Amino acid sequence: MVNETEPLLVVDDLAVEFRTDEGVVKAVDGAAFTVDRGEIVGVVGESGSGKSVTAMSILGLVKSGRRVRGAIRFRGRDLGTLPAKELRAIRGAEIAMIFQDPMTALNPVVSIGRQIVEALRLHDRKLSKAAARDRAIELLALVGMPDAAARFKQYPHEFSGGMRQRAMIAMAIANGPSLLIADEPTTALDVTIQAQVLDLLRIAQQETQAATLLITHDLGVVAELADRVVVMYAGRVVEQGDVTTVFTAPRHPYTVGLLESLPRLDRDVDELHPIPGSPPSLLTPPPGCPFHPRCPLARDRCRTERPELRVVGNGTTVHRTACHFAEELAALPTEVTR
Amino acid sequence: MSDLRPSLDTPEVTAAEEVVATETDTAVRSRRRSPLGMAVRRFRRNKIAVAGGVFLLLILLLAVFAPVIAQQSPTAVDLGAIRRAPSGEHWLGTDASGRDVFARLVYAARVSLLVGVFAALLAVLLGTIVGAVSGLFGGWVDTVLMRTADMMLSFPSIVIIIVLAGILGPSIPILVVSIAITTWPTTARLVRGVTLAVREREYLHAARVAGASRGWMLRKHIVPAAMGQIVVVGTISVAAAILAEAVLSFLGLGVQPPQASWGNMLNDAQSLTVIQSMPWLWLPPGLAIAATVLAVNFVGDGLRDAVDPRQSGRS
Ligand SMILES: Nc1ncnc2c1ncn2[C@@H]1O[C@H](COP(=O)(O)OP(=O)(O)O)[C@@H](O)[C@H]1O
Ligand code: SF4
Ligand SMILES: [Mg+2]
Repeated sequence: MVNETEPLLVVDDLAVEFRTDEGVVKAVDGAAFTVDRGEIVGVVGESGSGKSVTAMSILGLVKSGRRVRGAIRFRGRDLGTLPAKELRAIRGAEIAMIFQDPMTALNPVVSIGRQIVEALRLHDRKLSKAAARDRAIELLALVGMPDAAARFKQYPHEFSGGMRQRAMIAMAIANGPSLLIADEPTTALDVTIQAQVLDLLRIAQQETQAATLLITHDLGVVAELADRVVVMYAGRVVEQGDVTTVFTAPRHPYTVGLLESLPRLDRDVDELHPIPGSPPSLLTPPPGCPFHPRCPLARDRCRTERPELRVVGNGTTVHRTACHFAEELAALPTEVTR
Repeated sequence: MSDLRPSLDTPEVTAAEEVVATETDTAVRSRRRSPLGMAVRRFRRNKIAVAGGVFLLLILLLAVFAPVIAQQSPTAVDLGAIRRAPSGEHWLGTDASGRDVFARLVYAARVSLLVGVFAALLAVLLGTIVGAVSGLFGGWVDTVLMRTADMMLSFPSIVIIIVLAGILGPSIPILVVSIAITTWPTTARLVRGVTLAVREREYLHAARVAGASRGWMLRKHIVPAAMGQIVVVGTISVAAAILAEAVLSFLGLGVQPPQASWGNMLNDAQSLTVIQSMPWLWLPPGLAIAATVLAVNFVGDGLRDAVDPRQSGRS
């Protein structure tokens, strides 16, 4: 059933586990958030917090993992109950992915143009070769590829890193997706290339009007691009809200910690405060609030009772947090929360 | 051509340089750098392989134009002129039934090439499917298919072929099928290996994310990735199949007289007197088999080097 009043994507109490030799890894444990049509949602969190697993769950492609709880609804359809064939029709056409490393995400022995043509024809078997070719060249030009018609015939190794990024993004938007997922698109890139990639993401988003799920551990990227932000910790969503609200008035100690660990122009390096401790083991997550071993506000209740995501504040946009004592953060001096 | 070598053999190095050029220059570069174009160039540098290819082309022309080239019929019996030495009328003499040896040799090329090529094609097709399914599905499917392949490989293939031809009766289709049945495992192992390697590549994951089915990944990524090596194995299989045809026909289990094949021509020359005093009966078919098989193998080696320069000591 297609329900157009519901948000484009609803991730509802998602839990994914991996069975390993050491035990069951609870990679995602009750993640919940929504993405509206056309909006850019940043997903942040330290490495290992379950961002990639969440993204792959949306595509139904978690290798060897098991979804033990929850649902993912896309345009009102429960992706977990769709037959494989219908899921394939959604992947790449309605939900497309932008990869971190275009050099490895592109087939080295197939020309760039052919790869875009194949992406088009994969979802539209009736599309003629000539029409697909024209469309592919159009797409390359759209992402700012100079001399697109000549570039069409070239192979990935003949492209510079930036050009490969463009080609990959052209491929991702080829079928006019309504949701783009970019998993760490700027990680491991130098600053200038990072800026180019962000520009490209912006172009891709404007051209397709697609909603974008921007996964990153770089808060700066989120601040620059996203409308809303989802903060993940130990497989759970601990805070979410619009970027300005969350970044200026965070209501979860973990978010506060993340923001304080950011190098900023208005602060000296010795004022940086990385969050002490390390993320909990997902094999044996701590009871209660998963953040309590590292939280400066932790007390007995935190060690036994799991905080649920709840609405805080009274702003115009919905701001949620999973902390028992969120209200105490509101009272902290501005140097800490800013 | 040697000035192109550095850039051809190390595409990674030149790849780093940004290609900015006029449209024509770009087109030229693309042709040169396409994997196929590079393989063709490497093949053409290998003189022995090219010579082998030219020889095979001649044999092929001989086979195709047999009726034009051979003035005599290959099956016309002339009991008044048996086992005649070569002469102006019979360039390579006549056999025990007075048939023209040259005509038989030329027509036999048709049979040998046909059996060789079709058996190899069938084997490669079978092997590609089995190998790809094995690699892509894994699990018990993989185990069953690969154990079967191992079994086929561990039997002496000629024995299997003899048994099959013996049971099913000698005919060209049976010959083709029985040769293919014993040679597919080589291709299957190869394609399975490539499938397993490609399966781990990020671009295959990207294809899956883009909505590709297993069949699509097979057609668009795995088979093309294995194609070079499939062609090499296929070529070498042609040589093996030509030899197998010769052996079987020599044993009377292959091509049946009066139709000529290089193998059954040798069958006619089994007696010591023939070997000692009538070389025109066994030397031409023997040389034809040896030279053709050698040429096919030269081409196969050349293709191997061209497809994967890293595996050869030469390039
Ligand atoms: N295939 C897998 N098998 C076992 N554990 C996995 C697997 N994939 C991911 N994990 C675990 O799940 C957790 C979340 O991983 P991931 O979603 O990749 O984190 P992120 O993308 O936020 O860095 C990590 O602890 C990781 O070790
Ligand atoms: S619930 Fe307790 S431990 Fe968890 S973040 Fe809030 S204060 Fe800290
Ligand atoms: Mg990740």
